[in-house]
Amino acid sequence: MKRKYVIGFIIGILRYLVIVSICYVILRPLLAKIVSSFMMEQDLYDQTVKWIPRNFTLENYRAMYVHMKYLIALRNSLAFSLLIALLQLASCTLVGYGLARFRFRAAKLIFALAIFTLIVPPQIIILPLYLNFRFFSIPFVMPKPGINLLDSIWPFVFMAASGTGFNNGLFIYIMRQFFKNSPKSLEEAAYIDGANAMQTFVRVMLPGAVPALVIVFLFAFVWQYNDYFFTGMYWSKAVLLSHTLDVAAANYAYSLGTHFRGHYISLLNNTGMILFILPLLVLFGFTQRYFIESVERTGIVG
Amino acid sequence: MSRKRRSRLSLRTREAINGHLFTLPFVIGFILMFLFPFIQSMMFSLSKLEISSQGYTLTWTGLENYHNALFINAEYPRLLLETAVQMLRDVPLILVFSFFASILLNQQFKGRLFARVVFFLPVILSADIILRMESADYISAFLDASLAEEAASQGTLGTIFSRGQLVSLLMYMKLPQQLVTYIVTGSEQIATIIRSSGVQILIFLAGLQSISPSLFEVAKIEGATGWECFWMITFPMLSPLIVTNIVYSIIDFFTIPSNPLVDFIESNMFGGAGYGVAMAMSWLYFVFIALFLLLTAGLISRRVVYME
Repeated sequence: MKRKYVIGFIIGILRYLVIVSICYVILRPLLAKIVSSFMMEQDLYDQTVKWIPRNFTLENYRAMYVHMKYLIALRNSLAFSLLIALLQLASCTLVGYGLARFRFRAAKLIFALAIFTLIVPPQIIILPLYLNFRFFSIPFVMPKPGINLLDSIWPFVFMAASGTGFNNGLFIYIMRQFFKNSPKSLEEAAYIDGANAMQTFVRVMLPGAVPALVIVFLFAFVWQYNDYFFTGMYWSKAVLLSHTLDVAAANYAYSLGTHFRGHYISLLNNTGMILFILPLLVLFGFTQRYFIESVERTGIVG
Repeated sequence: MSRKRRSRLSLRTREAINGHLFTLPFVIGFILMFLFPFIQSMMFSLSKLEISSQGYTLTWTGLENYHNALFINAEYPRLLLETAVQMLRDVPLILVFSFFASILLNQQFKGRLFARVVFFLPVILSADIILRMESADYISAFLDASLAEEAASQGTLGTIFSRGQLVSLLMYMKLPQQLVTYIVTGSEQIATIIRSSGVQILIFLAGLQSISPSLFEVAKIEGATGWECFWMITFPMLSPLIVTNIVYSIIDFFTIPSNPLVDFIESNMFGGAGYGVAMAMSWLYFVFIALFLLLTAGLISRRVVYME
């Protein structure tokens, strides 16, 4: 019995060692960014400065705050991501529910197609989509050259509302698995009481689906907030945080009329990245408990 | 009136109608914003594309773009091969790491919530803009260098062995040369691997939670050890998820914007070799991924245990 206790103790220590070192690997780059964002340029070349800034300064933050157009860009990014995430949530939940609960011949095919959209690299369809949005026309309704939908919110709205946005196949998959695993008796009761499919879905099924809804919403929100590729393609003029971050350091140098050294540009970029992730960290801080638990309860696994 | 007519429909038909209605948004979106561009892009890859302010014109050129991509472009075949090799190296490591990490995180210990939050952070923080900036980051490299120096002199956690020590230790263990190289390069990739394992850990974790505890109780009563429980219960029960995770990891690896091949194709699309060649490159890449996925999924799913 005593031997067992000793082995358990050793295993416990080993476990902590492994977990602490992995956490260290993940957190270290973040810490390095935070620490360096308070340094002045000369600290970078000072061999004796490692973790603690010698010349503490908030100047980097001030500069990046101004040149990232922080308040406007943040507001735009948050509002845009919120809208797109809600649209994706609505469409993917509807589709996922339809695939999970109604038996019809095309269901298997539609599900397979949803998975297929995940496998195809976005580079394949991005150029044709770009041209279709550039020369947007509807046969018999709008004449051929069409209108330019680029540099507007519409490409994103169309794609989100139809469940073909970024990684939406995954959301459809998550929602389908969730509804497949939830009990049927509530719905049957609702049907007997005379509710139609839509009423049953909204009033009976959605309230029980909150864990899955939260995780899909958060994924959609975070991925839209982080997106650089699609917004850069279809809406390059948008003042979004991921784009202003990209050019902020260069703009700062330009406004001073100088060139910065590579190290200093990285320093500014690091500061910008902290400003960029800060809202996500706050969001994650508020929801992490819910998030991680709900992943388990959604039964993504099925 | 309509209520009357509806009630005459059989349950089957009504279900089918509802099913189609619920999935309609996706079907429309798939046809217009996926299938149609998908076919268009195949056409583009087989033609010369010219864009003007009035629209675009296509001139059929057959397989010329493909020929260009494969035989005339010096970079593309090399990058394709490199990406494949890198993927073959990283995906197994990601899989093994996320498997054991999820088992660790599933156990009871103090600070488990904190550990889970940290393990999941990379999913949130791996925006492509950040990855893009970090690839040109001096400061991390600078801090890395100074810390490695420090660690080498003090022997701190994380770099207990230097590269040379690790190699000689592994050689001393009489491991084959290739395996030694694999382990050493793998250990240098640890940060990348940990950072790209977030979603996989979550999927495994969800799987672990869904294993019924009664299975373990029975095994324990029958006198099974922890080791036996792991190989007889945990591993087979998680095996369907191994396939899911392999597929996810491969797709994630191939489509992540920091992947040099993806970057290369994009830079060719606007400038460089031009639209047609870039589309041909994307198609070759896609066919390559698809074949790869089919092969791996086919090989592995035979050994999977499904509990239906």
